[in-house]
Amino acid sequence: MATDLAFEATRQPSPLLLWATRHRVALASLFLLLFPLVMPFKALAVMILIYGLYALGFNLLFGYLGLLSFGHSALFGAGAYLCGIAIVHFGWPWYLAIGLGLLAGMVVALVIGALAIRTRGIYFAMVTMALSQCVYYLFYQAVDLTGGENGLRGVNLKTVNLFGFDVDFLNPLSRYYIICGFVIAALWVLSRILASPFGAVIEAVRENEARARASGYDVMLVRLLTFVLSGAFCGLAGALLALHLSTVPIETMHYETSGLAVMMCLLGGMGTFFGPFIGAAIFLLLENLVSVWTSHWQLFVGLAFMVCVLFFPRGIWGTLMERMKA
Amino acid sequence: MAGLTLDLIGLQLFAGVALGAVYVLLAIGLSLIFGMLTVVNFAHGAFYMLGAYVGLWLMAHGGNFWLCLVLVPLVVGGIGLAVERVLIRPLYGRGIDYPLLLTFGLSYIIVELVRITFGKAGFPFDTPEVLQGAVDIGVGFFPLYRLFVIAATAVILFGLWLFLERTSFGLIIRAGARDPLIVRVLGVNVSKVWLIVFGMGTAIAAFAGLLAAPLQGVIPEMGGTILAEAFVVTVVGGMGSLLGAVLAGILVGVVVSMTSLFAPEMAKVAIFALMALVLLIRPQGFFGRAGLMS
Amino acid sequence: MTSKTPRSTTLNRRSLIAGGAAIAAAPFSFHTARAQEPTIKIGFPVPLTGPYGAEAQDQVRAAEVAIAEFNAGGGLGGRKAELLVRDDKLNPGEAATRALELIENDKANFIVGSLSAAVQLAINNVTKQRGVIFNSISQSDAINEVADFSKYTFHEALTPHLTAGAVGRYAFSKFGKKVAFLTADYAYGHEMVRGFQEAGKGMGVEVLGDIRHPIGATDFSTLLPRLQSMKPDILVINNFGRDQQIALKQATDFGLKKTTKIVVPIMLFTGRQSAGLAAFDGVVGGTSYYWGIEDQLPSAKSFNDQFRKLHGGRVPSDYGAMGYAGVRTVLQAVKNAGTVETDKVITALESLKYDYYKGPQYFRKCDHQSVQSVMIIECKTKDMRNDADVFQVVANEAPNEANLRSCEALGHKA
Repeated sequence: MATDLAFEATRQPSPLLLWATRHRVALASLFLLLFPLVMPFKALAVMILIYGLYALGFNLLFGYLGLLSFGHSALFGAGAYLCGIAIVHFGWPWYLAIGLGLLAGMVVALVIGALAIRTRGIYFAMVTMALSQCVYYLFYQAVDLTGGENGLRGVNLKTVNLFGFDVDFLNPLSRYYIICGFVIAALWVLSRILASPFGAVIEAVRENEARARASGYDVMLVRLLTFVLSGAFCGLAGALLALHLSTVPIETMHYETSGLAVMMCLLGGMGTFFGPFIGAAIFLLLENLVSVWTSHWQLFVGLAFMVCVLFFPRGIWGTLMERMKA
Repeated sequence: MAGLTLDLIGLQLFAGVALGAVYVLLAIGLSLIFGMLTVVNFAHGAFYMLGAYVGLWLMAHGGNFWLCLVLVPLVVGGIGLAVERVLIRPLYGRGIDYPLLLTFGLSYIIVELVRITFGKAGFPFDTPEVLQGAVDIGVGFFPLYRLFVIAATAVILFGLWLFLERTSFGLIIRAGARDPLIVRVLGVNVSKVWLIVFGMGTAIAAFAGLLAAPLQGVIPEMGGTILAEAFVVTVVGGMGSLLGAVLAGILVGVVVSMTSLFAPEMAKVAIFALMALVLLIRPQGFFGRAGLMS
Repeated sequence: MTSKTPRSTTLNRRSLIAGGAAIAAAPFSFHTARAQEPTIKIGFPVPLTGPYGAEAQDQVRAAEVAIAEFNAGGGLGGRKAELLVRDDKLNPGEAATRALELIENDKANFIVGSLSAAVQLAINNVTKQRGVIFNSISQSDAINEVADFSKYTFHEALTPHLTAGAVGRYAFSKFGKKVAFLTADYAYGHEMVRGFQEAGKGMGVEVLGDIRHPIGATDFSTLLPRLQSMKPDILVINNFGRDQQIALKQATDFGLKKTTKIVVPIMLFTGRQSAGLAAFDGVVGGTSYYWGIEDQLPSAKSFNDQFRKLHGGRVPSDYGAMGYAGVRTVLQAVKNAGTVETDKVITALESLKYDYYKGPQYFRKCDHQSVQSVMIIECKTKDMRNDADVFQVVANEAPNEANLRSCEALGHKA
């Protein structure tokens, strides 16, 4: 899975592309600010934001470090549940609840990661899946806190206090922009991480583990740290999901949600900065648009996947980037 | 615990082995395909489901169950051959993610096509008449059909063993599972071997689906959950190892049945807990090679 | 807010397509009355894809009947009703997103629908925050409890407590007192057990054991020997849909029926059709509605006839029929109130006394639960008039508030 376009700035392509890469967060922010205006409905735009962030967090581990996890639903779900529980059962203010969700993603990542990083390849994928299923089961059984199979209800925010102003959280557009603010901040942080020396170490471990170790880096520690960082992004995405839906479905933790991250990443282009986001957008849009036309939407989603694999081998965004560089 | 007798435990063990038999059949196909082709086949559950539906169709058009046992693997295996030739072959050498994504998409398509053809609701699938009823197996009464499932699985395993151990083609497959590169260097036409292995894997999956049909009826979604469980079995046994798949399949079946006895609501999570435990102690499963797909 | 994005021109076509895809070609169209006033929009999220797709399709069909009837009757002073069908994929997250779409984007006046406890609770949480009436047409005990309930919440479906209670009262008096449970391990299953136990109190019922299985189980062979060894008079199987079909099939294979009467709280019409007679033979269960009651009940006859006329001679299923009642109650309340204004429609719904398809019904004041009859059914083994003639109604428990969980138990004040 060594892909040479993983870090877009390493080559020297056209000055325009270089400029775009340098200002990728600003450009993305601009795009996201206009995004809800072109979407079929605002709630879908918010879902794309959230799942895009989730896929982005997953991509940090999968695309940049090269570890395929099938257990990310546990990080995503833990973020959603802890944020929801803080609001429903303890009446925490929303911003603290989001912080708790983010932290929960990191803690679950630390536990799963500490156990799983010793395994490799497909076994890593399966250990993470198994452990995430155990987390699923814990949350499923803790009915008093999580609502069990019925899901957690009542994560209800009427207004959100922003810098002294009460913003109507039930208004679809203001809800979008509040959540968008968090996503943009996360994009910026991710961009900084990848551009930092630590980001370079992450990719060094992926490209050649032995050489990275020989250079004096603690490979296991790098893995664990990346897993935990990935957990922070996924936990944040989960927390935002809880606020957006005002409920937390147990399905959030199911392994199918883990599979979703993998699919979104591959669809958009793993190891590229925006690929996962694009993948999430295309997946959800396709599912939404086609399922309005026909109840046989899965046929078209399946076809789209196969077309992507056969004709866009680096994912949609990845292939696009490659074309622009060539 | 009230009513817990040795007979009950014995009966429970039998139920576990019967349950494990279906896992074994699915895991063998997955393991063969992975070991040889390094394809993580997400469409395996769809082929399993397809086996049940092809059987249903044959029965509705005058076939009987015994004929189905022969025809279903042939038909679905044929579809498997076509899938490998047309869709998967172009992806070799491109990395492990591509076939994974492709077969994932393919499973969506197969399931949806079945829904369109046969409808969204399921169908009953009658147990063949001679296999109906329960027989006394010493520790209590046990459904005859489940004994048949165990026997049929044993026959398939024996046949597969003969094929792998006693034919020159089987030798190539065994060698290929151990080191595909060397086999290619030795001048074997690997693409033909891969084609046949994929076809065999899907045929066995279809056979498993047909065997499962009288146990639980037929529904387009039947391949979904069992696929995850089959992956667990494959990984616990060690990807690419047939012996591992057999042992792990039976082990998982027995673990499920024993958990069902003591903490039934935990039966599902027990499978995953078992896998986590096995992999943490032995990261490549019982008989797997380390570092696959890394 | 840009309510007039370029998309709004395609809005009606889009909703029409959604409905159209689900019901093949409906013989009437929804968008004829657009000229003067906006139509009354009823959002209808149901799981068109997933294991209950067939059931959901029937819910849509029945809802169409209610819409057609309302429009043929002149609507609300000429203002027609329109059904906006959405696929919730049996996923609460998707359902909540769809509910948001229906409210925020399509400006739906009311939401009716859902086919699972988790989904209806998710939709309800969205609608109650936004002050939109939601009439749920699937079973749950939680939705009546004070934590989830709001004045905008209505529950047209039966509750697990009521259904299980009715079946229990019938079965315990007829088949014996020694009872074992096989229960799906989630709220719905637990609620059913509670219903049976409540009904068994004072009847001398002895519970031998309650074995829980994970939801979505495909194999019960590991649980059945244990249940068999308890030697119960009655085995109650508290699960739903495919879980139930497989459990019944395998219980039959294990020969449980020879010694034990099998009882299920809800026996599904579509389940019987897809699992076959052998599995369901001899099983006693409850249902909200069976079309065969039309010989005794004029309202059932008239509903069935309308359904047949609109849908090529087929008959409605149990959950399907609730789609009809769920939409018709809302539209009748709109008519009675003379407006679509939420508060007035709520008042009209609260005072509604109706007999639309299964005998008299009304919404209880404290929790907006529809008080209604429960039918006890058994499989027919002979004298079937056609493919759909699969059950016979052996008892019909009249509507009675005393059989519901009390308002206090639900947390409501009196």
